[in-house]
Amino acid sequence: MEIKILEERIYHWLDERLGLAPLIEWSKHKMVPVHRHSFWYYMGGIALIFIITQIVTGMLLMVYYIPDLKSAHSSILNINSQIDFGWFIRSLHAWGANLLILALFFHFFSTYLMKAYRPPREITWWTGLYLMGLVLAFGFSGYLLPWDQVSFFATKVGMDTALRIPLIGHQISTLLIGGSTLSQETLSRFFTLHVVVFPFLLLPVLGIHLLLIQIHGTSAPPWFKKLPQPQQIYEKFFPNFILKDFMGWMVVLNILAILATIYPTGVGPEAQPFQPAPRGIKPEWYFLAPYQFLKLFPGNIGPFQGEQVAMLIMALVPLSVILIPFWDTGVSVKRSKIATYYGVFLILAFIILTIWGYFS
Amino acid sequence: MNNTTNPNDKPKIHRRRFLQVLVSIFGAIWSVLTLYPIYRYLKPKKNPLEEAQVNSVTVGDASSLPTNSGKNFQFGSVPGLVIHAEDNQFHAFDAICTHMGCTVQYRPDLKLIWCACHGGEYDPETGKNVAGPPPRPLTPFKVAIVQGKLVVSKG
Repeated sequence: MEIKILEERIYHWLDERLGLAPLIEWSKHKMVPVHRHSFWYYMGGIALIFIITQIVTGMLLMVYYIPDLKSAHSSILNINSQIDFGWFIRSLHAWGANLLILALFFHFFSTYLMKAYRPPREITWWTGLYLMGLVLAFGFSGYLLPWDQVSFFATKVGMDTALRIPLIGHQISTLLIGGSTLSQETLSRFFTLHVVVFPFLLLPVLGIHLLLIQIHGTSAPPWFKKLPQPQQIYEKFFPNFILKDFMGWMVVLNILAILATIYPTGVGPEAQPFQPAPRGIKPEWYFLAPYQFLKLFPGNIGPFQGEQVAMLIMALVPLSVILIPFWDTGVSVKRSKIATYYGVFLILAFIILTIWGYFS
Repeated sequence: MNNTTNPNDKPKIHRRRFLQVLVSIFGAIWSVLTLYPIYRYLKPKKNPLEEAQVNSVTVGDASSLPTNSGKNFQFGSVPGLVIHAEDNQFHAFDAICTHMGCTVQYRPDLKLIWCACHGGEYDPETGKNVAGPPPRPLTPFKVAIVQGKLVVSKG
């Protein structure tokens, strides 16, 4: 009885200051379409929980990691072998990065095929692409920090790629590397980007992305909107969908913990800048597709360098998905079909190149 | 009678427009003034290792490098590779792959210079790119044997 009165008082106090009533009213009407592809609606939420675990484990790693050329590698060894549960936190961070990117690929391809980029959701789409690019940049910058051989050459290749960007490539590469060879400068810069700059670039846009989803509601695929009214089934976001979201989070967090425990992340030998790239060096799985694509091109194609042609073709992929909301607005059936085929083509190309790169 | 015909309106709009332009110009100048020091701050100083003109290095005993083998070494700020090739000559190159900048190595099993990153291959005697994605040959260095030591110098 008394608790109820207290609750009411607290609510009243907050309502007066925050204007909760319209928010609560709005949340009662927040609906999610129910159809045979509803499963994919959980991918964004799963990506979100992995972003949260990355932030938490990242802050914990920062306590012991030392961004110094002579100490970086040994500080990782220290985390892995001396600090209680250090191996676990680090494995969660490394596995979490992989699972986050995997969840984002699912999120990206499923929203693409369900045409969620169409008006009025273009800005949601673009902020999503921005966030995905940023997460890949997180992956790339974090990869160097252990300063082992593989990370050293992965960064070298990445920076050489940046060097090929027309006009500004040299500037970008020099500013990122802090010179022309990987050194303490590079480690400091990548560390700063990874732990300060990128998080600041991520969080506000993530906020906008999530806010836009609240404004526009969950996107229903075109065929669902064409169903007769009684067959368009919706469920309440609060509490039905959010509880299922939590359940999904519990499942994926368990998967993360199990992977981190059974396959803890190791650390390779320390980078030796003047030794050759180790045999069998491969990028992380999410960069295998561009890696394999780069390998397919010969040194020279006519007057052009092979890798420049390859990079130009690869640059068309992000460009095309940025522009797709302008092209497939939902008016033309033909364009809609082409967009779908293009999406399926991208998925297949990504999977085939990834597997090919893995076994090559 | 109508407000828009009031002669006092025109200069008012002008003044507003003027201030808008002025604020934009000052904003632009201010942005440049802010960003320029940041750019200069981030622009790396010349690395003393890169500055120091290394023209030759002694890699080791010539006898320690048997036929069909290679050795990676440091040449100033860049990696180098010296090879005792099948033609019984010593050849040295800048070991930076011309494809994506990885450090190449000599593969005795292939009898080729090979890059682990994307499988580029070079001829061990000339440094010519022979297979895979590299677009250009490796830059050769000169090798001399001075009192039994391998001395590599810029060509």
